[in-house]
Amino acid sequence: MANYKKISTRILVLGAVVIVAVGFWASRSSNTERNAVADDNVALADFRSTDIEAIQRGEYVMRTADCAACHTQGKNNMAGGYPLATPFGTLVSSNITPDRDTGIGQMTERDFFNAVRNGQGSKGFLYPAMPYTAYANLTDQDMHDLWAYMSTVTPVNHAIDENSAMAFPYNIRLAMLGWNMLFFDNKAFDGDADGADRGRYLVDAGGHCSVCHSPRNALGAEKSDHYLQGGQLGSWYAPDITSNPHVGIGDVSVEDLAEYLGTGTNGQATAAGPMAEAVEHSLQYMSEDDLMAIASYLKSVPASKTKAHTALDASLPSMKRGALAYEVNCAACHGVEGEGMGELAPALAGNHALQGEPNNAIRALMVGARAAATHTKLTGAGMPSFAWKMNDQQIKDVLDYVRNSWGNAAQPVTPEQIERIRVGMQARDKMIDGY
Amino acid sequence: MTTNSKADVIVVGLGWAGSLMAEELTRAGLNVVAIDRGPWIDTSTHTPPAVDPDELRWGIRKELFSPPKDNTLTFRNTLDQTAVPQRDFGIFELGGGVGGAGFHWAGMAWRFNPYDFEIRSKTIERYGIDRAEDGELQLQDWGITYDELEPFYDRWERIAGISGKAGNLNGEKIEGGNVLEGPRSRDYPTPPLKTLRSMEVFNEATERMGYHPFTIPVANISQAYVNPLGVSMGACSYCGFCLGFGCGNFSKSSPQACIFPALMRRSNFRLLTESCVTRVNKAPDGQTVTGVTYVDAHGKEHVQEGDIVCITAFQIDSTRLMLLSGIGQPYDPRDQSGVVGRNFSFQTVSGVDMWIEGEQMNPFIGAGGLGSQIDDFNADNFDHSDLDFLHGAGMLTLARDGMPISKANKLPQGSPRWGSGFKQAYKDHYQTYTTIFNQGSSMPIKHGYLDLDPNYKDKFGQPLLRLTYDYSQSDRNMAKFTMDRSIEIAKEMGAQHITPFNFADKPFTTSIIASDHVIGGTPMGADPRTSVVNPYLQSWDCHNLFICSASVFPMNSGYNPTETVGALAIRTAQAIHQQYIQNPGALVKV
Amino acid sequence: MNRREALKSLSALIATGAVAASARASEMQGYPSNLAVADEFLPRPAMDGGKMHVLTDETALKTVTAVFDRLIPADDLGPSASEAGCIVFLDSQLADRFGQGAQLYREGPKLPGADELTQAPQFIATPRERYETGLKALEAYAQQTDGAAFADLQPDRQDEILQGMEEGSISLADDINTKAFFELMLQNVREGYFSDPIYGGNKDMVGWKLIGFPGARYDYRLYADRVGQKLDLESISLIPLD
Repeated sequence: MANYKKISTRILVLGAVVIVAVGFWASRSSNTERNAVADDNVALADFRSTDIEAIQRGEYVMRTADCAACHTQGKNNMAGGYPLATPFGTLVSSNITPDRDTGIGQMTERDFFNAVRNGQGSKGFLYPAMPYTAYANLTDQDMHDLWAYMSTVTPVNHAIDENSAMAFPYNIRLAMLGWNMLFFDNKAFDGDADGADRGRYLVDAGGHCSVCHSPRNALGAEKSDHYLQGGQLGSWYAPDITSNPHVGIGDVSVEDLAEYLGTGTNGQATAAGPMAEAVEHSLQYMSEDDLMAIASYLKSVPASKTKAHTALDASLPSMKRGALAYEVNCAACHGVEGEGMGELAPALAGNHALQGEPNNAIRALMVGARAAATHTKLTGAGMPSFAWKMNDQQIKDVLDYVRNSWGNAAQPVTPEQIERIRVGMQARDKMIDGY
Repeated sequence: MTTNSKADVIVVGLGWAGSLMAEELTRAGLNVVAIDRGPWIDTSTHTPPAVDPDELRWGIRKELFSPPKDNTLTFRNTLDQTAVPQRDFGIFELGGGVGGAGFHWAGMAWRFNPYDFEIRSKTIERYGIDRAEDGELQLQDWGITYDELEPFYDRWERIAGISGKAGNLNGEKIEGGNVLEGPRSRDYPTPPLKTLRSMEVFNEATERMGYHPFTIPVANISQAYVNPLGVSMGACSYCGFCLGFGCGNFSKSSPQACIFPALMRRSNFRLLTESCVTRVNKAPDGQTVTGVTYVDAHGKEHVQEGDIVCITAFQIDSTRLMLLSGIGQPYDPRDQSGVVGRNFSFQTVSGVDMWIEGEQMNPFIGAGGLGSQIDDFNADNFDHSDLDFLHGAGMLTLARDGMPISKANKLPQGSPRWGSGFKQAYKDHYQTYTTIFNQGSSMPIKHGYLDLDPNYKDKFGQPLLRLTYDYSQSDRNMAKFTMDRSIEIAKEMGAQHITPFNFADKPFTTSIIASDHVIGGTPMGADPRTSVVNPYLQSWDCHNLFICSASVFPMNSGYNPTETVGALAIRTAQAIHQQYIQNPGALVKV
Repeated sequence: MNRREALKSLSALIATGAVAASARASEMQGYPSNLAVADEFLPRPAMDGGKMHVLTDETALKTVTAVFDRLIPADDLGPSASEAGCIVFLDSQLADRFGQGAQLYREGPKLPGADELTQAPQFIATPRERYETGLKALEAYAQQTDGAAFADLQPDRQDEILQGMEEGSISLADDINTKAFFELMLQNVREGYFSDPIYGGNKDMVGWKLIGFPGARYDYRLYADRVGQKLDLESISLIPLD
């Protein structure tokens, strides 16, 4: 769960950079006029919706937006307290139960809209760890439903001091105003959220996919011209999910993609790390129709420009070393021809994410990885770590082999990429490296 | 001493029996806490493919086992001897971590034969009372029949994904399967593994001799599989590192591979590791139990209270826990009074080692349970009227014998054991060796039992268990008979060198590993005078105490015991949540 | 700051955030998320450096080397035990849990007749102690019968003594089970010659190559159908050097 929540870290880091921007005042980024549709009289603590259908729809919105991932720590639903470690100190997720003293019980529906869609909370500006940049797209109807759901959450008295462990000057919430002015695109969703544009709506609003899957510029804003083309996310890399047929999802059927999103694996690809958390907490609760809508939309996203590579020659000595290492270490789970093992271990042959940015494959070899465990596919098998057994060259050999065999083709991995992750992940060195 | 919050059910030992019961009971909504003396161990974090294939560590040093230092017993053959402790690894191959011995087992997945469950009645029926009561044997029925257990065998095979071919589907005999097995309601969930060279030679020879060879049903499964709990398993890669090893690719059925992914994620399940239960606590009136006392990794004692206690430990530990807790009357071999400790049985093993010149067995390719077997001399599949023994043995050949350290002992008679001659002999015969292993049944005897040792103590200062046992004459005769049959088969297989072996031509010992299948001590049955638990494995003395372990077998068959333990565990767990919970009390009235 | 240190300082940027539930916690609910191989399950390779940790007595070292090299001598089929690293293996094993008898039940007393009852002798003494007393007694025996160190005897004579120990016709000392000591050495030298090279013996996998064992492999599905055929698979160590 930790890494998924660290989406915020990157935004926060760069958000803090723009502290200099403080000083500007009224701007489009702060405009909350459209939230006037929400009631501003009744506080959440005094309200309990009786509209069963609205509550159920609201719970669904909560799932699509994956609120619990960050706001639930331990057994108390939405009571916050999840620590987000950042290089600038630790940020703690808020208590968003209707508790009057320590939660959001004193918020009106309009306050709630302002917080979720505009990043303006009861204690001042929210840190962009809260993805209001995406939630700005949520429709009025979904927001009303979400409010109805929130009213049914059990109040928990759990005081949170969100930013006391943030170092100066990052503990000053007002700094976020400047960030918003530069990067917050404060406008409503521009399509038919329940009809033709359902897929795009789910991806861009609640799903907040681009928060991870789009690369960012030097100041931490998503590069709109590289939408969903992949981005670094802490120690993970959120891969290209455009229709690029080589490293994206262009070659995957809508059905297979929906199965992957809803269950964590389609036998070919297996969700791990932050994506496993997104599947476990959010995507597996979505309806078939919505998953198909997401998959169809993603297939329509213009392909990134990443070109296919030419496969390395199988007769290279390094490819032969890689082949033997694969047979000895990997084949038992990933198959003698890279075909994978049912729901348990992903196929490597034809695996597009594997042929793109090698970050996640290196990371898995270094420290292992756990597959998503969902209600329908609950195994959540583990990929073991190999840091103790393989040096950087051996990891390069085996990765170059799997990325360039069975029809796969990819750039050779560099020793620097491997060493960076070995060190960064604090993975151990190979146990015996020459006697 | 601290007391934990009360649980609905306490499971003592999270091996096959404990995890199957915990799975059933948590699914039924009960709060279950499992207490295991071992640490957490799992596939990818403890025995991945990169750690597993290491004969010295797992096969020779046996590092996955609970060591004798922590868990052992004393042993003697006869009542007049003073028992001595088993100091090094012997026949007790206890699990060292969660999953119990189900994590390191080889993987032979057998149902017992219908004859086994009614061994006393059927023996009397066919051969007369004199054969059942020869003065030495202590035969008794199980209190359930094969047909009653069949649906639970079926359920266990589904959970474990067992690979095999049916030989008797609802009474219809099917060529290629074990035509001598009890009727099964369905075929195995996955097909048999490949037929390797030693099996080919064995199959051809035994077919020529008119026997009925078949591939042993195994928990080293042949293809990717999703079990009824939704847990995915992998396909066996024939690495051969199974017995004594974990499994790195999720293809050997175990609590880890088949149950934990579902069980561990349930919010009504809790697991205490590195915590050793030292006694089950009785209520003041002695009619029920209140929970257990255990010692944690730091030596601190705790009490865990629960409405129901299930002892699901290894056979010797289940028996010992009953004795240490003072539940049930200990068995007295002099007059056969009492019950706890009764009917220890083992496995009466003979066979042949053989070498077939020019063969290329490739013995490193294999799987823990993989082999061929004939049941023509097992159970009551053949007429014992003119024979001087009861029951028999599963006669099998194995495809898993490629371990280079342990195989160094397997050389034809007359080969040097060391020096250049040894090197030459080993080089010549590594590829030509195969074996026939007669996994013989073991009949309980009046003087075979378990009690507490008066002299030796464990690390907690509690008395060790004491085993008193030797083979019955019937079993000795059976071992000799099946050994002679295996010599005939070896000759038919074309072996130039044949070395017969018979563990039962000497006194029984815990030190020489003929088998690791130890049975009995808390036998089940319909008669409280001869059994510790009723046919639902419920204690006759305390109705909220259940024991599910090989300790409840009243005898041992010519098969491995795991599947029968598993089937009994599922049956008992279902009886608890379907019957006992509604109306706590004895499930069987006498 | 060298490059590696520079990278380490960067590590804060991509270090994992929240602490995963410890797999060694005594109370568990849910599935552990740390996927690194558990420290105590990593292999324990032979200690490097070439110096002896337990076999520090020069005479004892010479004696056991001589014994091992008679049990597995150098010949046309390959190097001797010591050439294959079996002494390094033994020393490392004696320093490890095996030598310490860490797995054995060692509570006394050992009753007379215990070995007859169990049929396989069992010891309260640790393997390390048994080597210490056994090698000393073997050397004393050689000095007494031949007036020379065991290691300096002719190979034939060494074999004769070893054979006597194996058969039980020689007793090294009253308090030493000579036959069992021979079996201990035979077992250990075989272990060294045929276990994974990470443990110090089986150098260059000479033991495995002798018999055709392919080593620490985990998938034979590519070969299982070639029933009865010679496969000539390359032997592989658990931790290959390159």
